Amino acid sequence: MLSIKNLTANVGDKQILKGLNLEVNAGEVHAIMGPNGAGKSTLSHILSGKEGYTVTGGSITYNGEDLLTLAPEIRAREGVFLAFQYPIEIPGVSNIYLLKAALNAIRKHKGQTEIDAMDFLVWVKEKMRTLDMDEKFLYRAVNEGFSGGEKKRNEILQMAVMEPKLCILDETDSGLDIDALKIVANGVNALRSEQRSFVMITHYQRLLDYIKPDFVHVLADGKIVKSGDADLALELEAKGYNDITTQAASL
Amino acid sequence: MKTAVENTTLSSFRQTALALFSSKGFPKNHEEEWRYTNLSTLDKKTFKSNSSAETINETLLKTQMLENTWVMVFIDGHFSKKYSNLTPLDNGLILTSIEELLKTNPDKITPYLGKAVSHKEHNFIAYNSAYFTDGFFIELAPHTITSKAIQIIHYAASPESLSATRNIIVANNASKLEVIETFIGESNSLTAAVNEIFLDENATLTLYKRQSESQNAYHFGGSYCKQKAHSIFNHHNFAFGGLIARNDIHTDLETASECSFNGLYLAENRQHIDNHTRINHNKPQGISRELYKGILKNRARGVFQGRVLVVEDAQKTDSAMNNRNLLLSNKAEVDTKPQLEIYADDVKCAHGVTIGQLDEKAIFYLQSRGLSIETAKEILTAAFANEMIEKVAFKPLKKQLHLHANVPS
Repeated sequence: MLSIKNLTANVGDKQILKGLNLEVNAGEVHAIMGPNGAGKSTLSHILSGKEGYTVTGGSITYNGEDLLTLAPEIRAREGVFLAFQYPIEIPGVSNIYLLKAALNAIRKHKGQTEIDAMDFLVWVKEKMRTLDMDEKFLYRAVNEGFSGGEKKRNEILQMAVMEPKLCILDETDSGLDIDALKIVANGVNALRSEQRSFVMITHYQRLLDYIKPDFVHVLADGKIVKSGDADLALELEAKGYNDITTQAASL
Repeated sequence: MKTAVENTTLSSFRQTALALFSSKGFPKNHEEEWRYTNLSTLDKKTFKSNSSAETINETLLKTQMLENTWVMVFIDGHFSKKYSNLTPLDNGLILTSIEELLKTNPDKITPYLGKAVSHKEHNFIAYNSAYFTDGFFIELAPHTITSKAIQIIHYAASPESLSATRNIIVANNASKLEVIETFIGESNSLTAAVNEIFLDENATLTLYKRQSESQNAYHFGGSYCKQKAHSIFNHHNFAFGGLIARNDIHTDLETASECSFNGLYLAENRQHIDNHTRINHNKPQGISRELYKGILKNRARGVFQGRVLVVEDAQKTDSAMNNRNLLLSNKAEVDTKPQLEIYADDVKCAHGVTIGQLDEKAIFYLQSRGLSIETAKEILTAAFANEMIEKVAFKPLKKQLHLHANVPS
């Protein structure tokens, strides 16, 4: 589904990604862990098409297409979803308006008709129940005045509505208490399927207690220095990043 | 040029005004209150006063009419009985045209005409006093709440026409009403509408103004209010039309009275929209709230001059004024000037101004949810405007404004 080959990228003159390789197949859950400044957020931003990054080499192929040539909204419509680390507040635009606009943008892209407003309401409320979100959130402005946990749940709600193929979760666990973390994890787990893949970017292991990854990668200084199964995360937690990255560098 | 019936009070009122206007013409740039708005083109033009418009766009007129209202229609500055709907009125409510009032009860306007604003305020007032052809008169009896809202439609129907109305609203002790003024037109007309408003103790008036005249039109609209103790004046100013449009909203507050001024100006192409507000806290414990928002596209220009005066005696005044602007083009311009003049020492007065562009982060966020960059910008612009539309309590108007401003709800 996603194939990243020898990706190098800069922010201004500074090289952040230094030859990153990653293969994600349909249905797989990958965790990318690493210390601050390793390039985790840069990777998620480049995948979603955010401006401010220059790809200097390598390639990203998504379902056979060159992802880097697609505008951010086309990527979204083709099934790439980024759950933001810091979701944006949009005063004056209600949640339900954005959810419906997003879904209809995807449907239009696929050549389908717009969804009936009543059908949509019933369908979205069902999704909100899974995320333990009150219906009143539909009529509030997008993320405005939401707590940290509410914002993250709202990201997962958008994900559930857009039904993407590739979900990128950027530090979705940051700022969540244990109860909110469980709810978010349940929401994500409910979306796991054989067709849908996840790339979870996280600093800490604790999210992986609730969303069990198939693969864990350590990203340090702009490249993947070590890959393994879920046990690698536990090892990282026990030994810290320094040990692993030094070990990897000496290999 | 005049109403059909003139009494001596009115004749001398007009003569003084005409003398004032004739000496100087329309307001000039060197006057401090007019420094951002150049009216020199107006002096070269002539506008005709039509007593009966030849053609009117009935569809345009009828789509303006709001549910649950009494409607008074003025075409080129003359009351049109044909298109109005005034029956049956509530007991205690007088709603009539100035011309009709001059025929039946001419002394009725004497205590009010020229009492909330003087000819000397500036020469648009003098011009209006000299040339008004008609207007509306609203008076509500004490302790009365109207069962419906009142809609006044000012329709500038004929090319190069003058629509000059002088209007009076009197809300007696503890009465309450809502008035909606709708200004429309498809031509290069001049509208000069002046409202004099008198709120007695504990009275509440909510006055909405939506000005959607053509982008070739000239518009001056002023509302001047005198508020007695514990009265409430809410004004909502939606300024969308006109080539050059100017709004003056002034109020004088007495003890523990309140005003709230809300404004939204949307200007594009070469439109110039000027908003001038003045709130005079003349007695203690007054509350004033003001939020004006502007969206300027292309080469449009917006002006906000907001003045709050707190006299020495007006202790415990609580005042807040804000002006926020969104510039959507490099060539758009806004001139904003909040002015506070405070002579009392125990007061709470705040003011703020922002001028900015659309938030790039928000645009990307919407793109990442599948929306095109153009749609994202439209939605964010509408959302900026939406805050002002949401403040509209009268639902039929809110709905109409949502459609106009293309706001997601």
